[in-house]
Amino acid sequence: MGSREDMVSREVVVGMPQGLHARPADQLAREARKWQSRIELLNDTQRVDGKSILEVLTLAAEAGTRLIVEATGPDAHEALEAIGVLFDRNFNEQENTEGR
Amino acid sequence: MKFSDFVATDAIRSHVDAGTKEGVIREMTQSLVNAGSIAAADYESIVKAIMKREDLGSTGIGRGVAVPHTKHPSVSRLVGTVAVSHSGVDFESLDGEPVQLFFLLVSPPDRPGDHLRALENISRQLRDETFCRQLKSAKGPVDIQHLLEEADSHGVAS
Repeated sequence: MGSREDMVSREVVVGMPQGLHARPADQLAREARKWQSRIELLNDTQRVDGKSILEVLTLAAEAGTRLIVEATGPDAHEALEAIGVLFDRNFNEQENTEGR
Repeated sequence: MKFSDFVATDAIRSHVDAGTKEGVIREMTQSLVNAGSIAAADYESIVKAIMKREDLGSTGIGRGVAVPHTKHPSVSRLVGTVAVSHSGVDFESLDGEPVQLFFLLVSPPDRPGDHLRALENISRQLRDETFCRQLKSAKGPVDIQHLLEEADSHGVAS
């Protein structure tokens, strides 16, 4: 049948000094929504839907926090790769740090 | 963090008049000035900073909720307020829904943790659809204040 349910996961670290705040949460949810797979983020106590900004914000993940990203579905590998890249690049946060 | 830790009760608005993103932000910021939470002299600079942040990406986080915010050196602690628009305002949210519920936050530049915990509190409480609906249908600022207090007292154990 066509419904392969691959599950893949990897650890990511929140590298942005401001933590996983509204803007990266928005970027994350936008990216996650591009994929068919279910995307979930896990910390020590919670498992949340990566396609919902509201859910992602409940993690209150500060700089240095380690999270597990889990993707389940037909495009799980590609989805996990894409989400991982966002974290690896710190959501391109440096360019936009408002100084003063 | 609880709502009572950052929401300026006197600045709560149950009926926002503005129909645009900037209009709502101006009304809410003015409410914070009127409530004495921020100085009148900083009004324009805070509005501009919040609008600049919106340019980086909408703070409409879905379910008819937006959290316009900025860091600003004029505040020494996190201040915020809540407003409701009964007609809804286009905020370019991820889910495309008009926004009826606004939480505006102004935080000191050196306290990113407080800002995150305020966002966490707001988003955690708003997962409760009943709470969302009750806030949106509040008749006056006092109703909103009571709903927030109730949420604060329930939220402890989650």
